[in-house]
Amino acid sequence: MKFLVCISNVPDTTTKITFTPDNKELNKAGVQFVINPWDEYALTRAIELKEKLGGNVTVLNVGEADTEPNIRKALAIGADDAIRVNAKPTDAFFVAQQIAAAAKEGGYDIILMGKESIDYNGFQVHGMVGELLGIPTVAPAIKLDVEGNTATLEREIEGGKEIVEVATPFVVSCQEPMCEPRIPNMRGIMTARTKPLKVVEPTGEAARTQVTAFALPPKKQGVKLIPAESAGDLIKLLRNEAKVI
Amino acid sequence: MSVLVVVECDNGEVKKSSLEVASYGSQVAQMLGTTATAVAVGEATEANLATLGEQGISKVLHDNDSRLKDFVNGAYTKLIAAAAQQESAQIIVLANSNIGAAVGSRLSVRLQASLATNVVELPKMDGGQFVVKRGAFSGKAFSDVILSGERKIIAVKKNSMEPLHNAGQTATVEQFSAQLTDADFADAPKQVIMQEQAGGILLPEADKVVSGGRGMKGPENWNLIEDLAKALGAATACSKPVSDVDWRPHHEHVGQTGITVSPNLYIACGISGAIQHLAGVNSSKVIVVINKDPEAPFFKAADYGIVGDVFDVLPKLTQAVKELN
Ligand SMILES: Cc1cc2nc3c(=O)[nH]c(=O)nc-3n(C[C@H](O)[C@H](O)[C@H](O)COP(=O)(O)OP(=O)(O)OC[C@H]3O[C@@H](n4cnc5c(N)ncnc54)[C@H](O)[C@@H]3O)c2cc1C
Ligand SMILES: Cc1cc2nc3c(=O)[nH]c(=O)nc-3n(C[C@H](O)[C@H](O)[C@H](O)COP(=O)(O)OP(=O)(O)OC[C@H]3O[C@@H](n4cnc5c(N)ncnc54)[C@H](O)[C@@H]3O)c2cc1C
Repeated sequence: MKFLVCISNVPDTTTKITFTPDNKELNKAGVQFVINPWDEYALTRAIELKEKLGGNVTVLNVGEADTEPNIRKALAIGADDAIRVNAKPTDAFFVAQQIAAAAKEGGYDIILMGKESIDYNGFQVHGMVGELLGIPTVAPAIKLDVEGNTATLEREIEGGKEIVEVATPFVVSCQEPMCEPRIPNMRGIMTARTKPLKVVEPTGEAARTQVTAFALPPKKQGVKLIPAESAGDLIKLLRNEAKVI
Repeated sequence: MSVLVVVECDNGEVKKSSLEVASYGSQVAQMLGTTATAVAVGEATEANLATLGEQGISKVLHDNDSRLKDFVNGAYTKLIAAAAQQESAQIIVLANSNIGAAVGSRLSVRLQASLATNVVELPKMDGGQFVVKRGAFSGKAFSDVILSGERKIIAVKKNSMEPLHNAGQTATVEQFSAQLTDADFADAPKQVIMQEQAGGILLPEADKVVSGGRGMKGPENWNLIEDLAKALGAATACSKPVSDVDWRPHHEHVGQTGITVSPNLYIACGISGAIQHLAGVNSSKVIVVINKDPEAPFFKAADYGIVGDVFDVLPKLTQAVKELN
């Protein structure tokens, strides 16, 4: 079974977000980039399934050369080989076209992604890739099992879950508690250095959206403290001042 | 040219988030000098769909194919694409829900439309460009985004629009058939399992949330959270470590790696306020923090706070709500 795992390269979850003086780009100074946390679920689950069913796990990132340390990290965790589409990922549709092109070329059975990329929070690349390839997308999935060429998934919906069965090929976006994400071990780190990482040039149409400016949320006024002895006063404030109850 | 809004229904009722979507869509239509039509998905009743008139919707398309009751990505996408075609819709508005985003992303490819998810405000026309504001970096920032091309799809973040109240206005409900075939239901769910909702309130749709962290000490103390939630008509939620150790079910976990909520009121009990937790809740309108540590980082993100022991404070709050009601 051939697995394709798509990873995005995002600021570490503890990053304090700031922007360049023109507010057009993220200020990358001092920011540590990591594999998108949700994509770690996709990667680990693909490796687990490969261990069970046999096959090959390819990781793919659409990004410039500075994403390679995280691609190597994915190889160290256990992917077999990697593809980097050499382009600045300017929007979800642009990224989706690159993934779809690579998927067509490689003939993968299951394309795994994260639920969403924690930088642009699009929650859309998986649906676009499914549509571009004319195959189903199951998003977001909390469980993925494969038997022959049929997969059984649990898809999270508002207020519950659906049990879905699909035949390969398909796209799935993963989130916890699908598996326990793995971290690289020493042997993995050593072997990752020599695993193949192919760099390809982008194809397809230009992005359909363009960010013109970023802004930080308005600052809070500061907290109003109510003494614990008169905790009940809080409820009055919520009704009469904040008007939320 | 027109605006098409996608309304999700559940048990015959239009979801609250879809009322917001309808309100958004009709206001965009007004800006552009056109009308807004709705297309319904899920289990809808005609009487309820007609009330979308209050949201400025003139007409609702309804396909009463019973297979559409549960979410099926293929069928929903085809239905909405057919409705968009019939109405010559240039703008499609849907909820930024698991359904809305899944359908919106497929539609954007099929209809060659530009797409923005997580949108928090009405669009601006800026020098001939169509610009929307959306949440980015997990609630830590916003971005203005130009949507280019003839067709645009907008997924509106929950609780970022007020529903309208055009009392007495009704929408006409029209039967609509997208001629769906069995093939469109290939990804239909085999089974749908709904969770037990504390007090029957769905967390992603809730406008009040009472949430507990490790400071609650153990699952046996959650009755304190549930009692307050019940008195307020709120949903319950928790921090990640709490669901990791199974004190609470995974679907209650909010934050960067859980679900994002944006209620009017978020009450955090015994939660320290780690940056990953804040990412999932910081667009709540009013945040209340109860923590015995005055240095807990959550107080910096709060509107109201009580420095105290949750075991002492929570019963007092529940009592005060009961007295108020
Ligand atoms: C310097 C820089 C600037 C950028 N500027 C912009 C910008 O202005 N506007 C913008 O929209 N995006 C920008 N991005 C790209 C962004 O990081 C995402 O790759 C892309 O936009 C998709 O984001 P999303 O939130 O829509 O993805 P989602 O739909 O939330 O992602 C779902 C899944 O798709 C996969 N995926 C997403 N992105 C990639 C990728 N690049 N490579 C491989 N798999 C991926 C992952 O599995 C992810 O979990 C920029 C990235 C960089 C490094
Ligand atoms: C990649 C990544 C993703 C993550 N994603 C998430 C996420 O999505 N959501 C999330 O919540 N976390 C997430 N985390 C974890 C996060 O960093 C914190 O560890 C977590 O939020 C802490 O949970 P907590 O506040 O319940 O526990 P703690 O940090 O242990 O805080 C407990 C608090 O309770 C207070 N307290 C104790 N006893 C009492 C009492 N009797 N009365 C009142 N107060 C009391 C303490 O003062 C303390 O502030 C993530 C972490 C990583 C690395």
